[in-house]
Amino acid sequence: MKIMTCPVNGPRAITEFAYGGEIRPMPNPNTASDDQWADYIFNRNGAPGMKREWWCHTPSNTWFVAERDTERDLIMRTYLYMGEA
Amino acid sequence: MPWRLLRFALSSKHPEPRMFTRHDTLKPTYDVVIIGAGGHGLAAAYYLARDHGITNICVLEKGYLGGGNTGRNTTIIRSNYLTPEGVKFYDESVRLWQDLSQDFDLNLFYSNRGHFTLAHTDAAMRTSRWRAEVNKHYGIESEVVGPEFVKKTAPMIDLACGGAPILGGLYHAPGAVARHDTVAWGYGRGADLRGVEIHQRTEVTGIDVVGGKVVGVQTSKGRIATTKVLCAVAGSTPRILKMIDVRSPLYIHPLQAMVSEPIKPWLDTILVSGSLHIYISQSSRGELVMGASLDPYEVQSTRSTLDFPEGLAAHMLDMFPFLSNVKVMRQWAGMADMTPDFAPIMGKTPVEGFYLDAGWGTWGFKATPVCGKTMSWTVANDRNHELITGFTLDRFRDYALTGEKGAASVGH
Repeated sequence: MKIMTCPVNGPRAITEFAYGGEIRPMPNPNTASDDQWADYIFNRNGAPGMKREWWCHTPSNTWFVAERDTERDLIMRTYLYMGEA
Repeated sequence: MPWRLLRFALSSKHPEPRMFTRHDTLKPTYDVVIIGAGGHGLAAAYYLARDHGITNICVLEKGYLGGGNTGRNTTIIRSNYLTPEGVKFYDESVRLWQDLSQDFDLNLFYSNRGHFTLAHTDAAMRTSRWRAEVNKHYGIESEVVGPEFVKKTAPMIDLACGGAPILGGLYHAPGAVARHDTVAWGYGRGADLRGVEIHQRTEVTGIDVVGGKVVGVQTSKGRIATTKVLCAVAGSTPRILKMIDVRSPLYIHPLQAMVSEPIKPWLDTILVSGSLHIYISQSSRGELVMGASLDPYEVQSTRSTLDFPEGLAAHMLDMFPFLSNVKVMRQWAGMADMTPDFAPIMGKTPVEGFYLDAGWGTWGFKATPVCGKTMSWTVANDRNHELITGFTLDRFRDYALTGEKGAASVGH
């Protein structure tokens, strides 16, 4: 079983976590063009690499950020979201 | 011992023609370059050579022929989809499948089994009725059946399913299985005999685009000049699209599958349960071929996990308790290129001369022949074939999705 570290509850089995997708900045819905908005809601970066993603520890409903290497399936770092630096 | 075998011992060279011609070097230019020697890419090469008279084609493959999702799927062929676009497209594919063995002079072990999508809830029964109506409207054999019919066809089934009883299901009589490697070999050999060059272990490292048009392909064996590139690389599509700076909604999750040890034939039909997230059929060798839903997070590799056979086996025992002593023989994974609407992405792209056949996620094998046909037509005429106009990359920009999710074989 793969282990992921919840920033609040410590190392847990990966089955306790839900994947929330890559962190993507949302354009301003009031000013974005239709094309920009379509790009935001549909398009993804499907290429392999290091990604910053939303994850949730479901028993405690803790949302946090995980940095993962999606080609080697490695979890590099997990931490609570503190707003964009 | 057959006497002809002696020739192999006595001759220093291989005395029979090889299935594929080996090419050591690339030519400097080709009319069409196809990336990916899987079923889809080879089928397109085959139809380009056979039906469109284009034979100066090179098929580039990073690994080995048919080693991607063509050789990793669970070989199910069906056409009981949900949207009119999907139904018409897959039905054409099922028709093509039926005489492919003749076409190739190679036995695909195409075996018509019948296909059940089992429903354990009222909502699933409602979807079954909806799909049956759409299917029948387009002349496809598709019926809503009750639990008695399921039990009669698969007597070993436990209809109670560990607390989620089977209420009925959608029965699709033309559902079939075929030997998947042979499909790639058949198309590959057919293309090879017509002069198409297949280069295995040749990786694409870049695509040269000048003024919005494809002019060449960089590979690990050198540069090729070409004006037409067809990309049919499933889970590696985003890597290639990155080279030409085109964005897409594709996301990659592994899809795992496994087979049991071979046992006596007891299951003639193909069973799929959306609620239990399983599908199962028995191969002609007696192995149970089993699959489940996608892995729950993005990974671009073909690694396997222990969670998968554990979870799948537990659900399998709910449906077939008598399998508790049967051993799992092997498991594997493929990289599924998923789209938000569960329909593929096919046809022309913003880069002129770059054609895409992708987004085939968990449903690409059954579409192999029709993808080859329609993509070869599209490449030859530089215009999207009428059967694929609902599947273009533009549909996302235009908010005109195709909505095939209801027909995904298991819930994702």
